[in-house]
Formats: sequence, C-alpha cells, structure tokens
Amino acid sequence: MIAKYALRFGALGYLAFLLLVPVGLVFYRTFEHGFQPAWEAVTNPQALHALWLTLLIAAIAVPANTLFGVTLAIALVRHRFPGRGLINAVVDLPLALSPVVVGLSLYLLYGTGGWLSGLAGHGIKILFALPGMTLATIFVSLPFVVREVVPVLREIGTDQEQAAETLGAAPFTTFRRITLPAIRWAVCYGVILTTARVIGEFGAVSVVSGRIEGKTETLPLYVQSQFESFEYTGAFAASVVLALIALATVLGMRMFRPKEAG
Amino acid sequence: MGITVVDVAKKFGDFVALENVSVAIPEGSLTALLGPSGSGKSTLLRVIAGLEDPDRGQVLLGDEDVTHRPARARGVGMVFQHYAAFKHMTVWENVAFGLKVRKRGKDEIQKRVSELLELVQLDGLAKRYPAQLSGGQRQRMALARALAVDPEVLLLDEPFGALDARVRKELRAWLRRLHDEVHVTTIIVTHDQEEAMEVAGQIVVVNHGRVEQVGTPRDLYESPANEFVMSFIGPVNRIDDTFVRPRDIHVSLEHDGDSTEAMVERVVHLGFEVRAELVRDDGQHLLAQLTQEEAQELELERGLIVYVRPSRQTVFTP
Repeated sequence: MIAKYALRFGALGYLAFLLLVPVGLVFYRTFEHGFQPAWEAVTNPQALHALWLTLLIAAIAVPANTLFGVTLAIALVRHRFPGRGLINAVVDLPLALSPVVVGLSLYLLYGTGGWLSGLAGHGIKILFALPGMTLATIFVSLPFVVREVVPVLREIGTDQEQAAETLGAAPFTTFRRITLPAIRWAVCYGVILTTARVIGEFGAVSVVSGRIEGKTETLPLYVQSQFESFEYTGAFAASVVLALIALATVLGMRMFRPKEAG
Repeated sequence: MGITVVDVAKKFGDFVALENVSVAIPEGSLTALLGPSGSGKSTLLRVIAGLEDPDRGQVLLGDEDVTHRPARARGVGMVFQHYAAFKHMTVWENVAFGLKVRKRGKDEIQKRVSELLELVQLDGLAKRYPAQLSGGQRQRMALARALAVDPEVLLLDEPFGALDARVRKELRAWLRRLHDEVHVTTIIVTHDQEEAMEVAGQIVVVNHGRVEQVGTPRDLYESPANEFVMSFIGPVNRIDDTFVRPRDIHVSLEHDGDSTEAMVERVVHLGFEVRAELVRDDGQHLLAQLTQEEAQELELERGLIVYVRPSRQTVFTP
C-alpha cells in the first residue's frame, strides 16, 4: 500500500519538478504584467513572421515525411532487397545524431566549397533560406512515421492484403482499402510526433538558417534571439505559443488514438 | 474448371518447397492436398492461387496457362487458415469487397451479398465486425467473401486449422454439403488425414515437396503406394519390412499354427472401437484395433496373454 503511494508520488513529483514547474513558470512570467504586453510581444511583425515560417516548414516537412515514412515502412516490411538492413539502421540516425551535426553536415554540403555549392551559382539558394531549413527539419523528423508504422505493418501480416488480391484488387486498391485503414492510427500517431518535432526544431535549423531576423527565423529561433537581447516578455510569450502548439499536438494524439487501444 | 499443375518447382533459399510437382484436379471435384507441415502443400496451393511464383513449371486453369498471371486476374477464391478477415469492415462489407472492386451495380451487390450470407448462415450478423464473431463464423464469412466473386476454383488453406475440434467437425460436414450445392472445383489443404478422408473425393498426398500418391480416400487406405502414405493415412504396425493395419491384427485366446504369443499392455476404450497395445514375446510392440464386442468376448485387460496373427499385411519393394 505504502509502496504504491510512494511510487505514485515519486512519479508525479518527478514529472512536476522536471516538466510542470518550469513550463508553468514560463506561463507565469509571460502573463506577469497582464495579457496586453504578452499579446503585443507575439503579434509584432517579427514574431508573426517567425510563426508563419514555422508553420510553413511544418506544412512541407510533415506531409513529405508522412509520404516517405509510409512508403519506406512498406518497403522495409513487405519487400526483401539488398541493403534493407542498412536502411533500417540508417532511418534511426536522426534520432541518435545531434541536430547541430545535421545542420553542420548540410552546411558542408551546400555551403561555400561544398559538393552542391554550385547550386547557388544557378540561383538556387539552399543555405540561409527556406529550402535549407526545410531540408534540415525533414532530416531530424524523418524516423517518426517509419518507426510507428513498421511494427503495425508487421503485426497485421500479409493475409488481408493477399485476400484482397485474390478478390481482384489491384495493388493500389489493396493499399487504399486494406493496408491504409489498418495502419491509420500508427500513421496519425507518427504524424503528430513528427509535427511536434518539426515545430520545436532548433539546432539543425539554427545552423543552416543564418538566423536572419524577420527572414529565416522560426519561432524557436525567435525565442532564443529575444532571450539573448533581454526581451524576456517576447521570449516567454513566444515560448507560450510554442507550448500551446505542443499541447494541442499532444491532445490531438490522445483524441486520435483508437478507443480500443486505451 | 479443372486445374493442371505441370512440373512445378519452388525453392525458398536452400529449402526445396516443391520438386517437380505435377497434378491434375478434375473439374467440379473436391480435392485435398494432404501432408505433414513443411511438405509443400500450402506452397502448391499458393502457386495455384498466384500468390507465389514457381521457379519452374506451369499452372493451367482449364486450358489456359495462367503461370504468369497475377492472383487478382485468376478468378480464384481463397480462404486462409487465420481467416484474413478485413478487420475494419463489417461482415457485409467483407463479403461485398470483391464485388465492389469489380465495380458491380449496387442492387446486384446487395442481392448477391444477402444470398451468400444466407448460404453461410450469417444473415443476422451482417452489421457485425469480425472481432465480434466466433472463429467458425469468421471462417464462414471468409468463405462467403471468396464465393462472392463466382470463382472458377476455390482454394482453402488449412481452413479449419485454427478452430476447436467440435466446430471443425461441423464445418467439415457443412463444407461437404456446400460443395454439393455450388459444385465449384475446390482444393483444401490439410495435415489432418481424417479431415481429408471425410471431406475430399480425391486426395493428393504430398511429402518433401513431392506428390507421393493421388487417389480416392479408399484407394489410399486400401492400397497405399508406399511406406509414407501407408503410415500417414492411418495408424500402422511395422514388423521388420511388413506393415499391418491395427484392425488387421487378429487377436485370439488360443494358439493356432502361425500365431505368436503377446501380452496386453494397455486397453483404450473409444466407444465402439477398442485399441489394445500389445507386446509380443520377442519384444515387438503392436497396436490392435477391435470392436467393443470382440474385446468383451476376449475379456481384454492389462496383463492378459493372447495370440496374435496379422490377417493382412503389406510389403513395399523399394
């Protein structure tokens, strides 16, 4: 009995100390001087642009990684091909690699003297612009959909797909009518995790963006720049926006979760 | 439509699943592919269905070579051991799937699905999901789904393997009656010789990727082609090079000419049938099958000394 309560309070205390208190403090400091200053801090053009940029990158990176993730998961589970094991391992790389390293590697690839630096000469600007930031974001958020979908695909097996095939369904029909409905919750879950990661990405984007105010500054970068210039209200208010987006994502995840899975 | 398999071979890595298999399935028949697990019987079925590409050989449906035709264009109905129910669809939607894929009219689908659900006795459960059905009901649904598209051949891969003994028996009898009604050429894969003999008109015995024998249940029992078929198709006693069925062991209380002394080790009563485990004085163990009446007359019990003689025996010349 005591052990049960100790465990419960231990877990809650740990969570409160590490998560709730710090995040709560951010909320508190944001609205310390009332709602008005906070509102003004997040509705100035620089902040709005940062928010817009963050959402824009998410709007490209999330669908790209969803499409890629589902395709790769099917390839990994349903097909045998040379290099399959290697790909399976490499998919996890973004989870293991520090985002700063990802940013630096892109910098080396596209920057001055990099293999693909020639692109800049053709008027294609990758670094310090939206393409580079999007690439970096896609890189760091790559594994989530794949990792959610792979175990579910394994579990459902091939019986249903083969049954559909013998009933006359073409491969794409089978995918749309049988496979996709079976993996839909895993895809949703993966999309939500990807979104959360994309919205919050700092390290990799920080390196490749050049952090040009009002141009290549996403919301997390904006928080950092405000903080560095002692604009605490602006930093906290933008943090609150980020926290609210994260909260909405997590709630979305709970809502999307199938009832039977609890 | 008849099915002809010519010289089909299939390997999985180093494992030889099928080795030059040729077999002819007559139109309208109910044929069992019988063999132990790993014998290649399921692979053969999947090659016929188009779910597996053979390394060599041909598959003909009727007169048409369909070896390189994808499963979806072969006009086969397939039922899987673990039902392969579409979990996110209701019973009705499951059965309608093949018709919808074929873009049949709404009224036609409605009519056909209702007919089939009645045929498999699931008419009251159309709105249920597979998770809300018993194993037997799921497999009947899978059968209706396979039959919905009017397949030329019906392929059943261990269809009753995941069900409990009583349901399995019921479904066997039901499948037999269903086949009498719809007459579609049917192949059932099973490792259960009793199931094969009960359901099928023709049995193809498969072992180590080869066809051992093809025949009616009676042919196989009465004149097995080899040792494997003899011992797979029913219990058998092996005495040196000769094989004797347990019911061909004659048991008596009196010694006559060529009979041998044996002691009863164990008596198993299975209703009408009684099985006696015997050990001959030379140490040879024997299984004898008697009727209840015979056993009563002999007052068969553990420790009793009897005299045994094979009344019919088989020797296979290699």
